[in-house]
Amino acid sequence: MAALTWLLCLPLAGALTLARYGDHARAAAVNTLFSLAGLVAAGRLAQAVLANGPTFAFDGQFHVDALSACLVVLTSFVALTTALYSGPYLAREQVNGRMTAPRRRLYHAMYQLFLFTMLVALTTNNLGLLWVAMEAATLATALLVSVYRTPASLEAAWKYFILCGVGVAQALLGTVLLYMAAEKVVGMEGGALMWTQLNAVKGSLDPRIVGLAFAFLLLGYGTKVGLVPVHSWLPDAHAEGPTPISAVLSGLLLNVALYAVLRCKVLVDGALGTPLAGHLMLGFGLLTVLVAAFMLAHQRDAKRMFGYSSIEHMGLMTFAFGLGVPLANFAALLHMGMHALVKSAIFFCVGHAAQSCGTQTMADVRGLVRIDPLLGWGLVLGTLAIAGMPPFGVFTAEFLLLTTTVRELPWAAALLLLGLAVAFATLLARVQAMVFGDASHAPAARDRSRLPIVAHLGLALMAGLYLPRGVADWLHAAADVLAR
Amino acid sequence: MSAFATQLVNLCAAVLLMVTFVMIAQRRIVTLIHLYTLQGLTLVVAACVVAWVSGQPHLYGSAALTLALKVILIPLLLHRAVNRLNVRWDVETLINIPTMMIIGIVLVVFAFNLTLPIARLSVAIAPGTLGIALACVLLSFMMMITRAKAVPQVIGFLSMENGLFFAATAATYGMPMVVELGIALDVLVGLLILGVFVFQIRAQFDSLDIRQLEKLKGD
Repeated sequence: MAALTWLLCLPLAGALTLARYGDHARAAAVNTLFSLAGLVAAGRLAQAVLANGPTFAFDGQFHVDALSACLVVLTSFVALTTALYSGPYLAREQVNGRMTAPRRRLYHAMYQLFLFTMLVALTTNNLGLLWVAMEAATLATALLVSVYRTPASLEAAWKYFILCGVGVAQALLGTVLLYMAAEKVVGMEGGALMWTQLNAVKGSLDPRIVGLAFAFLLLGYGTKVGLVPVHSWLPDAHAEGPTPISAVLSGLLLNVALYAVLRCKVLVDGALGTPLAGHLMLGFGLLTVLVAAFMLAHQRDAKRMFGYSSIEHMGLMTFAFGLGVPLANFAALLHMGMHALVKSAIFFCVGHAAQSCGTQTMADVRGLVRIDPLLGWGLVLGTLAIAGMPPFGVFTAEFLLLTTTVRELPWAAALLLLGLAVAFATLLARVQAMVFGDASHAPAARDRSRLPIVAHLGLALMAGLYLPRGVADWLHAAADVLAR
Repeated sequence: MSAFATQLVNLCAAVLLMVTFVMIAQRRIVTLIHLYTLQGLTLVVAACVVAWVSGQPHLYGSAALTLALKVILIPLLLHRAVNRLNVRWDVETLINIPTMMIIGIVLVVFAFNLTLPIARLSVAIAPGTLGIALACVLLSFMMMITRAKAVPQVIGFLSMENGLFFAATAATYGMPMVVELGIALDVLVGLLILGVFVFQIRAQFDSLDIRQLEKLKGD
């Protein structure tokens, strides 16, 4: 499968090139070019998968179906726009004295390496490799979180590394248990960690082992999804790292971690024959939504607050996947895409504003609309979108989720609505204070880093107004993979 | 022969559990590194025994990998780091040691109870060791959260990974080689990055006390 080979080799080649030349003046452009080529490869791969069905590569170690294809395209797209954004962003950081040439080189190399790990996690068929890729993603991003070497960023990176390391170790234990169950059915020789093989025999896996395995897998990968109570690394890492990294953490890493949970859930559902896995996800999801919504109000730092908002949205998606009915799966997949687009657009606005104002403390920023109309209105629209206002795509996803919940679990719908309302009120109040009124700082620089904001919000708006038939069919096909 | 091998693997498991308990009680950092090396050696023996009995040649590979990484390379790196950082003793643990021992015993009982129903279902030679492996993971986890200095936290992290490796060897005849290699790479790179952090933290705070890293709070 040529497109898949390209998809995986490009970021790896990019990482090697940029590890050598990442401090060059044109390194940002090279980073963008590699990401653009990656997006083209992702598009070709998705086209092939949609036309001919799931494909295998590299001796069955890699496997792409409709579910992984849609996340591959989303990942590649957000990676491209973030690369586009990070060029001018890093240049301004260099002027501010926070970025040096060696740090730029580290940043560019690790950015491509991170992208590589995400794509491996999405396309691999081997649950062991999936684990290796998730751990490698932590490794690649941990150094980026602490790239400014400030005490706060070091603390955030240490917390991130230790918590996610411990969490992902639980997922490894879960994988070992799953392997133990599979070995009895598939035998030692026949790829007992291959998802497709396990999926074929999932009915005969031992339910007791698999049930215990899922508890560890959910807790483990759930740490990286940001589920309460193992979420505490997430706001710190989002607030202290460079803004493009906050954008890719929210837009890519959380989604891929949730994807890992979903792959496991499909197997566990088949083995157990009961909705236990779904119920666990419902519980964690609901708890996450409520806790994160109430924590929003306590934040003073803009990036921290939107980090909590990411936790809330991951909770909503986990809840939706936990319901397990096709419509909820469809809504959650749409939500994944919309959240990735809108949240990274918000981080782009906040990051740019924080640079020109010299602070990301919300109380110190006033009149962003006067400082820079595009950033100000971008933040307003992005916040409206993420809070679930029509006509953006997040509204469509949340509306579908709520209507499904009212039908399946009426009491939970009330709690979800409470969480959504609290989050809505807090986000709007905070952002409204930031964007309107007299300008507190001088106007911001205008450059290429504004294009991604328009592109992301435009796509989210389009998805809310009119979801093309092809995309809807694709999401339905992806939801079918998850069907119980 | 298989009964004898089972006894051997069980012996390894017992040694592993004992070493992990000693680690919890130990405050001298150099001794912690020696204990970690001993854990690694136990894993090598266990992997060789399982490889010999089950006739799985890839387990010899994973034993060799463990020997190179966990008995030689990682302890060497840790010793060098400790010498350069000039840290010898950890400060008092957050919970005193006798209390930790009692909590540790409770964790072991919990781990055994959790794995008891599924251990009987395993096809491997020493399924009872799954409980011990889980106990080691939990004990190492407790060590991580109760230590105040960075280096013992890192050793706790590595020791947890040892527990997982033991679970994979004893309960499932080891993971496929490609996965083993990936895990080994992750552990090694992770250790190097942690090392970078430790030196950066020391440069920033003039101390390796993790309790200083408490500025970022939820509110």
